[in-house]
Amino acid sequence: MSEIQELETAGVLRWMWRQLTSMRTALLLLLLLGLASIPGSIFPQRSQNPMKVQQYFTTNPTLAHWMDKFQLFSVYGSPWFAAIYILLFISLIGCVLPRTVDHLKKIGAQPPLTPRFLEKMEAFTVVENGASLDEAAIWLKRHRFRIRREDSSISAEKGYSRETGNLLFHLSLILILLAVAVGGLLGSRGEAIVNVGERFVNTPTSYDNLSFGKFQKEGSLTPFALTIKKFKASYNITTNAPTDYTLTVDAENPVGSRMTTQIIRVNKPLTYGSTKIYLQANGYSPVVTVKDATGKITFQGPVVFLPQDANLTSTGAIKLPDMNPQIGFVGSFVPTYDRSATRGAFSVFPETLDPRLLLSVWQGNLGLDSGNPQSVYRLDTSKMKQIGLKQLAVGESYNFSEGSITFDGWKPWVNLQIVDDPGKMYALLGAILAVLGLMVSLFTRQRRIWVKIDPTGKALHVAGLAKNGTPGLDDEIAQLVQVLSKKESEA
Amino acid sequence: MSSTSYAYLSNYLIYSSMAVYTIAFFAHAIEVSFSVRNVEVAVGAQSENSATKFDFSRTQRSGRIGTAMMILGFVLLFAGVIARGLSAHRVPWGNMYEFSITGALAFSGAYLYALAKYKLRWLGLPVVIAVLLTLGTAITVLYRPSAPLVPALKSTWLAIHVSAAIASGGVFLLANCVAATYLILDRMESKGARKAWAEKLPSLETLDQLAYRLVAFVFPLWTFAVIAGAIWAENAWGRYWSWDPKETWAFITWVAYAAYLHARVTIGWRGRRAAWLCLFAGSTFLFNYVWVNIWGSGLHTYSGL
Repeated sequence: MSEIQELETAGVLRWMWRQLTSMRTALLLLLLLGLASIPGSIFPQRSQNPMKVQQYFTTNPTLAHWMDKFQLFSVYGSPWFAAIYILLFISLIGCVLPRTVDHLKKIGAQPPLTPRFLEKMEAFTVVENGASLDEAAIWLKRHRFRIRREDSSISAEKGYSRETGNLLFHLSLILILLAVAVGGLLGSRGEAIVNVGERFVNTPTSYDNLSFGKFQKEGSLTPFALTIKKFKASYNITTNAPTDYTLTVDAENPVGSRMTTQIIRVNKPLTYGSTKIYLQANGYSPVVTVKDATGKITFQGPVVFLPQDANLTSTGAIKLPDMNPQIGFVGSFVPTYDRSATRGAFSVFPETLDPRLLLSVWQGNLGLDSGNPQSVYRLDTSKMKQIGLKQLAVGESYNFSEGSITFDGWKPWVNLQIVDDPGKMYALLGAILAVLGLMVSLFTRQRRIWVKIDPTGKALHVAGLAKNGTPGLDDEIAQLVQVLSKKESEA
Repeated sequence: MSSTSYAYLSNYLIYSSMAVYTIAFFAHAIEVSFSVRNVEVAVGAQSENSATKFDFSRTQRSGRIGTAMMILGFVLLFAGVIARGLSAHRVPWGNMYEFSITGALAFSGAYLYALAKYKLRWLGLPVVIAVLLTLGTAITVLYRPSAPLVPALKSTWLAIHVSAAIASGGVFLLANCVAATYLILDRMESKGARKAWAEKLPSLETLDQLAYRLVAFVFPLWTFAVIAGAIWAENAWGRYWSWDPKETWAFITWVAYAAYLHARVTIGWRGRRAAWLCLFAGSTFLFNYVWVNIWGSGLHTYSGL
């Protein structure tokens, strides 16, 4: 009884496996994969634009909540998306591996037997009078056909590389998938904003945000350090569009070794092994000095402000938790100042031609002890009151009731993206092999030609078969027939 | 010559090519309408051989004028695209106006190439209509003055990735024209006989084969375009694949054509179903070009609109 049960289970499993690896299922999964990737291009994705996702939640909470349940804000990392491509790849492997084994077995194998009747085959032609099979064999061999010689017939086949290319293509896709997995599990990716003049050491604490693959340990970062020497941004003076960004750094790898000067541009990252350092964004940090009522310096240095528009109007916050009572500034930095009635102060050019710092001064509780994480670029003014408002040019100071602030100048900052992806070389290899395989497979014509002595023994029957209806077989057979007929007329 | 004068020259050349394409449009339209009369003459008066012959040669001439104008238009458009590049000292693929004029060039080039290989003159009319529409939209809606590239686009990969993508697009659209013709004729035949004007068009089987051959020819190029884009993305953005809307739709197009090839080669889909799938795949490409460029957000925001 139990034996029969087992057989049935095995039968069902075999049936399921056959269904999964069938071409129809694979095709369905392929189309499904295409369909499944559509929502990710329509709805904002957490991995690309978390701010927009947040906006979705605030404007339409109920809908967003339900969409989130179906992972519509992180489609490409979702279980249902993974389910489709994993099934597709299992189906692919189940299809390709047996075919690879079959194909390997066929190396050096002879073409299949000549069919009994050639009359129904493509381009059937009769060559009268005495041309021999040998002549046909010579022609076929010269045209690189594999041939099978029987007593009264030749079976020839050409274009095995079509299947070779086909298999190479599909195996390369598997390699690409593995490479993506390796990159995801063993890589790391992070970003850091660094002011010009500062030093960045590649340790987890230097990053503004950093994520590791599941199997990657924190100590595995490449131990380099960069000192930001200079950052130059050029802009088109009529369109204000950026024309060039050049970042000059002094690099040491590992930390403490001899420094070398390196240039990083948008399309020219700095490379250390599988780690690459990209110039991602840039902006301005106003440099300020804050003194308390007694004249003692409580803060001095650059503060990173975030750009809000293409002309780098930037906003940020300065927080002084150690002053008593606590003081905070909400700031706006405009590199080239202009003012309109509707917009207030704003920038008209991204370079610092006429910089201004606009500040509002707040006094009260900064809310840093509440335990809730706070953005360093924003001031939580819910428990504070405004005690002053001022616009400063470089070198100017503003005295408020609890102290003073001086606008000393500015420094550019750069946002570095640092990525370690050990899988990408394999992905590239897979991609190159895939294109090669695809070309071989799509541009190779596979066909068979048969030559047979007819029952009377006086004529040759020639015919062929072109797989997938590829063109050119008729011409090829016509050439062969012409050669065979010529031989006969010369003789 | 200065940048501005190259930019003006480019505009003049593109206007001229549009004028020439308009002549090609009329020539092809006349060819189609005359062939209708031929059939009527042939059916109505079977014995009057000479009359039929005379008319036939007239449409031949009109068709030849159409082809000559298509070639001239292609040459002018080619020069216009080159002049646009010279005006900006770079490859002319920096915004959507430039993508469109180069796309029209690739499309008409694909037609001329296919025309030399197969007997395809019947496709001239839909092709010239599509080219005129593309150029018209480009010069009225999408036009932007010639300007240097933003830093993210300053790379050799611009020339490689964008040219491969535009060339693939040209052939995809041509395959779409063929598949659409297939479906129209198929519908006509299933209702009865072909209408008179369609008599000269090729058989359904030829159209089916032609669409397949165009796709099979260009699919590796499209694969290459996507991969070149990934290599460039890795170099510029630090990630070779980030599911940016443009990437996603390029992937969808790739998947759709892969499905078409599999359906045809492995499962043996032919005819109507294959033509619909081909049309669907081509429309994902168009959707990507129009929708993602103009309304989409993401990293590929270079339309200049």
